[in-house]
Amino acid sequence: MSATQAEMEAVVQRALDAAARAGASQADVLLVEGDDREVRVRGSEIEFVKQAQERGLGIRALVDGKEGRQTSIVSTSDLAPDAIERMAAEAVALAKATAADPTAGLPDGGFAEEIPDLALFDAQDRNVALEARIEDAKRAEAAARDFDPRIDNSEGSQASSGYARVVYGNSLGFVGSYESASHGLFSEPLAREGDSMQRDYWMTSGRRLSDLEDAASVGRKAADRAIRRLGGKSIKTCEAPVIFDGLTAPSLIGQIASCVSGYSIYRESSFLGDKLGEKIAASEVTIIDDGRLPGGLGSKPFDGEGQPTRRNTIVENGELKTWLLDTYSGRKLGLDSTGSAARGTGSAPRVGTTNLWLEPGEKTLDEMIAELDRGLIVTELIGMGFNPTTGDYSRGAAGLWVENGEILHPVEEITIAGNLGDMLQSIDRIGSELAWRGRTASPPIRIASMTIAGA
Amino acid sequence: MSSPDANGGSADRALAFFQDRFSLDDASLATALDTALERQVDYADLYFEYTTTDSVSLEEGIVKSGDRHLEQGVGVRAVRGERQGYAHSDDISVESARLAAGTARAIADETKDHAPVAIKTANTAHDLYPVGTAPTDVPVARKVDWLNEIDAYARARDPKVSQVMASIVCQHKHMLVAGSDGTRVADVLPLVRVNVQVLAADGTRREVGYQGAGGRFELEEMRNPAKWKGLVDEAVRIALLNLEAEACPAGAMDVVLGPGWPGILLHEAIGHGLEGDFNRKKTSAFSDKMGQRVAAEGVTVVDDGTITGRRGSINVDDEGTPSKRNVLIDNGILVGYMHDRLNAELMGVEPTGNGRRESYAHVPLPRMTNTFMLAGEDDPEEILKSVENGLYAVSFGGGQVDITSGKFVFSASEAYRIENGQIGRPVKGATLIGNGPDVLKRVTRIGHDLALDEGVGTCGKDGQGVPVGVGLPTIRVNDLTVGGTEG
Repeated sequence: MSATQAEMEAVVQRALDAAARAGASQADVLLVEGDDREVRVRGSEIEFVKQAQERGLGIRALVDGKEGRQTSIVSTSDLAPDAIERMAAEAVALAKATAADPTAGLPDGGFAEEIPDLALFDAQDRNVALEARIEDAKRAEAAARDFDPRIDNSEGSQASSGYARVVYGNSLGFVGSYESASHGLFSEPLAREGDSMQRDYWMTSGRRLSDLEDAASVGRKAADRAIRRLGGKSIKTCEAPVIFDGLTAPSLIGQIASCVSGYSIYRESSFLGDKLGEKIAASEVTIIDDGRLPGGLGSKPFDGEGQPTRRNTIVENGELKTWLLDTYSGRKLGLDSTGSAARGTGSAPRVGTTNLWLEPGEKTLDEMIAELDRGLIVTELIGMGFNPTTGDYSRGAAGLWVENGEILHPVEEITIAGNLGDMLQSIDRIGSELAWRGRTASPPIRIASMTIAGA
Repeated sequence: MSSPDANGGSADRALAFFQDRFSLDDASLATALDTALERQVDYADLYFEYTTTDSVSLEEGIVKSGDRHLEQGVGVRAVRGERQGYAHSDDISVESARLAAGTARAIADETKDHAPVAIKTANTAHDLYPVGTAPTDVPVARKVDWLNEIDAYARARDPKVSQVMASIVCQHKHMLVAGSDGTRVADVLPLVRVNVQVLAADGTRREVGYQGAGGRFELEEMRNPAKWKGLVDEAVRIALLNLEAEACPAGAMDVVLGPGWPGILLHEAIGHGLEGDFNRKKTSAFSDKMGQRVAAEGVTVVDDGTITGRRGSINVDDEGTPSKRNVLIDNGILVGYMHDRLNAELMGVEPTGNGRRESYAHVPLPRMTNTFMLAGEDDPEEILKSVENGLYAVSFGGGQVDITSGKFVFSASEAYRIENGQIGRPVKGATLIGNGPDVLKRVTRIGHDLALDEGVGTCGKDGQGVPVGVGLPTIRVNDLTVGGTEG
């Protein structure tokens, strides 16, 4: 049922031609076809099996207006020629109802000239049967359940494999395509002791099945994390150093990236808006977004506007070096795109990250704990208490309380609060362990002091 | 499809839509279900969906883009015991449904003889959101003009307003679900939402204010100037208020929650924990608490999918079960969970009309509809006066819960200190954290001013978003942890 690359490129060309016939002065088209499988095992039972093929076509039509271009986005999964013709006409009509925007339009040029092989899939993996992924989930689940007698329940262990082909083309003559895959394994066991019941998780993901962590190891780490939360309690409200572990630190790095997006800058809604070229973080902090890491979960040869992806150093030794920009937000700020356009079939290009990480430091997490007199290790964050306009940060947390270099007891029902601007300046330790579990990664980070609210 | 549904209305329109446009008749539905039933499965269902969504958005004083999206497809599910097989296709046809059925049934190995499925019309019981004009049929030009009015009105409100972002989002969804027991139900669901966000600047300080509203009704209802200007007024007021707001205190204190949107407390603290799947698997902090006290006397919480025009309302759920008004907590005692078919069957109870899904590409799960606490008898002003020092939280952003430990958070977007029983200075960034099975036991006052939210809530679970509503009267909760920065 899956279409070939040539067939997909023909559909894109047909949509571009239809948009031109309907009166668009410029257009671009994104076609995505995906094949997804997902299985979940709970206890000894296969609980859920899902298989699906999906496709989506998005047309952005631009029509010349008096003082700029009018824009619309139309998307569908119906790829029949007459449906595409109808949709293109609808897109042009819709665009004509909007206002002309002098900034709108395709990139002036600079499209990706070559499509490098970024090792985004392994052709061998296509032949791996669904049963093999069920087996992975079973192994993770069994390893979690067998880890400790206190693990007596779970939300299950889940394995997924997805394949996608992306074709992007525009009316300036660029057409590009690439294939990618992503595989994952996730285990979420429950531990129980007395009245305390706790869940936690561990996961692995990658472009190739061979990138994944061993299934039994995923189950054991998840179980170990759930067990160590047993008997968690709140603590007295205080100020103390806070270590974000390798699972929670990436969310901080992602929040920084959202505050350097060109859109939040020209809208004046980022607390970093007037800080370009300034020192916004401790000198050890270097944050990079690189769309071309071989095998990276965020890698792609070109961005959502056909611009080549690249390595952008956002923060270097504490200094804010660049915004992340697509064509539109770049023009707003008088700058070039940084190849950071993210795009879905149903949405206009927006700024997104690719592979985003904080450069590791010297110390292992164990060493960071050993030298901590008194403080908190955050192992889970809940809630969305972050305001990008002011940098104000306040989130629910669970973790481990440390005194004299030793983990004393698990902590829960607390919040940690501060201002991201102050937090960045007061990062005083960066760990050495950097592991990719998604598109954003970070070693453990220590913030010198945050307000911890508790009992 | 010969016989009209008992209630007529949206069910008939949806059936006619799928028949006219995609030639889906009873015989073809039965054929696809028969394919699923060739294996040893307990139950199978087909879910057809055709949804149009359009959105028009304004920033920097101009409507920069119009979007229109069509989502269509069929999802097929086969169930055996706790096992579910699911497959979906973006092509609405009997052939696609049969192919998907062949994939979904793979959870069962053995073949089985079965009687052919006889499709019958089920009573959909409600017609909660009849609309004359689908919101997606309102001309885009009208929406554009309206956004320009919103922009001009917001900028005229206060010179500190430096940015206005506004959008009008409209959805029109046709769904049809057919089960292997022959049940066939269809519905047409409208959904509208108007969003206003302003940025206010004063010197170097900038703050955002947001207000939105919507529901399942004609877009025209939002055109009432009192309604949309009220939204803008609120967004501007909150942004200006936040310019004055101080850092929030940290630590445990008595909290008064205002009416309406603060009902998100119920959604996070107890709602998710009372969903049938978590309780069937005993992974919820509320597992095995049925019949026990989980809230203070006087606290009654219901989940009600049958309120006319509400964002969280549904005529039938996404498995074809009519929506209901389900009491979850009766005068402090846990009396009900929310169920879909699968979990109800496994727990030996009736489905409650809470089996919902984001789209045809998603399997149904037990989900909330409109969740709220019934009004009490206290005067809201008296409730505030009863607190010497604490926090008064009026509006919230998002929240989240850990079902298993029961710990939940929600973040205030408008809150004040309470000083000597009086509303004091505004504070920003207050996050509240608590323990679900225990927090409602510390409700000491319940106001007579129950209000439902404005109609903007979306609940996420297992990566699926569905529209929901919440509601609350003014209540006092003792000893809740407030996560600010001031000791």
